[in-house]
Amino acid sequence: MAGIPHDHYEPKPGFQTWLHGRLPIVSLFYDVLMLPTPKNLNWMWIWGIVLTFCLALQIVTGIVLAMHYTPNVDLAFGSVEHIMRDVNGGVMLRYLHANGASLFFFAVYCHIFRGLYYGSYKAPREVTWVIGMIIYFLMIATAFMGYVLPWGQMSFWGATVITGLFGAIPGVGTALQEWLLGGFAIGNATLNRFFSLHYLLPFVIAALVAVHIWAFHTTGNNNPTGVEVRRGSKAEVEADTVPFWPYYVIKDLFALCLILMIFFAVVGFMPNYLGDPDNYIQANPLATPAHIVPEWYLLPFYAILRTFDNTVWVVQLAHFVTFGIVDSKLFGVIAMAGAILAMALAPWLDTSSVRSGRYRPMFKAWFAVLVIDFVVLMWCGSQVPSAFTGWVGLIASTYWFGYFLVILPLLGVLEKPLLAPASIEEDFKSHYAVPSPGPAE
Amino acid sequence: MFGKIAISAAFALTVVAGSALAAGEGETTDVAFSFEGPFGQFDEHQLQRGLQVYTEVCSTCHGLKFVRIGALADEGGPHLPEDQVKAYAKAFPVNDEASNPQFIDPATGTARTLLPSDHFPANASQAAPDLSVMAKARKGFEGPYGLGTNQLFKGMGGPEHIYSIINGFTGETKDVGAVTLYENKAFPGGWMAMPNTAIAADQVTYADGTEASLENEGKDVAAFLMWAAEPKMMVRKESGFKAVLLLGLLSVLLYLTNKRLWSKVKGPKLAA
Repeated sequence: MAGIPHDHYEPKPGFQTWLHGRLPIVSLFYDVLMLPTPKNLNWMWIWGIVLTFCLALQIVTGIVLAMHYTPNVDLAFGSVEHIMRDVNGGVMLRYLHANGASLFFFAVYCHIFRGLYYGSYKAPREVTWVIGMIIYFLMIATAFMGYVLPWGQMSFWGATVITGLFGAIPGVGTALQEWLLGGFAIGNATLNRFFSLHYLLPFVIAALVAVHIWAFHTTGNNNPTGVEVRRGSKAEVEADTVPFWPYYVIKDLFALCLILMIFFAVVGFMPNYLGDPDNYIQANPLATPAHIVPEWYLLPFYAILRTFDNTVWVVQLAHFVTFGIVDSKLFGVIAMAGAILAMALAPWLDTSSVRSGRYRPMFKAWFAVLVIDFVVLMWCGSQVPSAFTGWVGLIASTYWFGYFLVILPLLGVLEKPLLAPASIEEDFKSHYAVPSPGPAE
Repeated sequence: MFGKIAISAAFALTVVAGSALAAGEGETTDVAFSFEGPFGQFDEHQLQRGLQVYTEVCSTCHGLKFVRIGALADEGGPHLPEDQVKAYAKAFPVNDEASNPQFIDPATGTARTLLPSDHFPANASQAAPDLSVMAKARKGFEGPYGLGTNQLFKGMGGPEHIYSIINGFTGETKDVGAVTLYENKAFPGGWMAMPNTAIAADQVTYADGTEASLENEGKDVAAFLMWAAEPKMMVRKESGFKAVLLLGLLSVLLYLTNKRLWSKVKGPKLAA
């Protein structure tokens, strides 16, 4: 395998050699675990392990929940109550699964913004980045369909609003929407297919996670300096890196433990804090809730969707130029999808020759505004629409697109970056004293 | 076609939400309940009093269809003796036979006596909502400005909402068509269908001598409905507490392991 030179697995005579000649699986795990990893990774590099844990947690709790859940419009709500009341450990299983989605998204946003700040998306890691974006997109789809399953009011009406978006696509929209729903409106067919897909997609995500890991094991990890590991000799590699096992496994597990402490406190003591009370009311197609909002992790993109109504001049212009094909609804859908697409295209939009934000003084400020912008969008998405949230949402949405489409390309030209260190070793030595040779272990 | 409905619904809801906001979200009184906070527990006696209020007052119109009657004997709940639960089930009337076909005896065409293994009957006779998960289906403390800090510090406020509704009637009524609405300070929009005569002080007589004021009845039945909505709350908090404790211990061990492991690679941090 191409990549950073390091020691490979040497099977011992006997069973190991016998197996290695037939299936080099031990070698695969050895190479994955012993990957030379930059020794200067900071605490923002722990989210990968947290995310892997979340995926496993969601799959394991989900499989058990599926054993007790009934995907039928008349029985689904009651079957969730059955899980909460009669199934052994059901109350923890369900709250772990529901809040697990929140932890999953919290971690993925930390992971994505880490990548955006340290330039992890830049060459040669574009493929890792794009696969990551596909995983994120599938996570949204999976979470959305999972939220429909308890068949509460917000499940039903959230699904109504979101599947309604497909109807905005010109020509095929209505047909596509009916095909998705399995009928003219959300009903039993919709619930069943969402259940089926909600079970399927996590395994697609798991496969893509393997590819994601494969891709960055080929390029090597990025690191806070953005300077590549030197590959000239094994001595150089050893000066820049430590093996993933045990150094980062232990560090990441420590971080995971701390995060899980907070997670279990939420699950144990305030499991409904992040949920909407309306979802404890059984779905009723005849009663629209006063305020339909998605879960917190989808709010920023929901805000972008809602912002572009027909009072915005860009929308009016698009409407006029396309002879009415692009109306405000379609524009909102395009904007929402475009907001994620713009992020996925970051490797080609960022023109700077310096990878890490640490050495880019102007970039740092614009990036900080992007983080604030994301939080502001989240807040906008949660609010009852008003003239004020309309303005804030419009400015915040514009900045989101502006950052990726204008600021990133221009900064590469306008900015004078600082000098990045020559190697990871040099940077590391400038921050930490050489360890004193301790007592022999 | 459906797309248009969805969009018009989306537009309608913004209008509805706007008007709800204009009419006020309803005032919620912050009541101190024994089950609040990470270590809070249900008060068995309060749950029993609340059960009495539900049985003698609320159950006339409201069902409790997701709650198994036998759960009244559970620890961490009202914790009634088994024989009392049996007698309670036997005496519990099925007020709305049309909504409870599972209890109808085909031989007689009327409802059979209930058993502890049965759920409470549903009750749609007065179109009143089922109360099984009501304490989780309402929030009391939204905001401020959508930040959610009120919920963080005061809880979601479902039981407080129930208490506030019971104590929120002003005595004013108005007729809308054939329907009479009753003004209630806690109800979003201010006017609700539940009559202000539904519950009053001294409507029950507590066996333990607690004064049956409207405040006490409201608190007790709100606590009981919180239990009905989340009967495994005690188990859940205990699991959470154990998990946090064990993870804390594991964190300390991993911290020490990590520190020692990295000491071979990383010396003390240099001054910048």
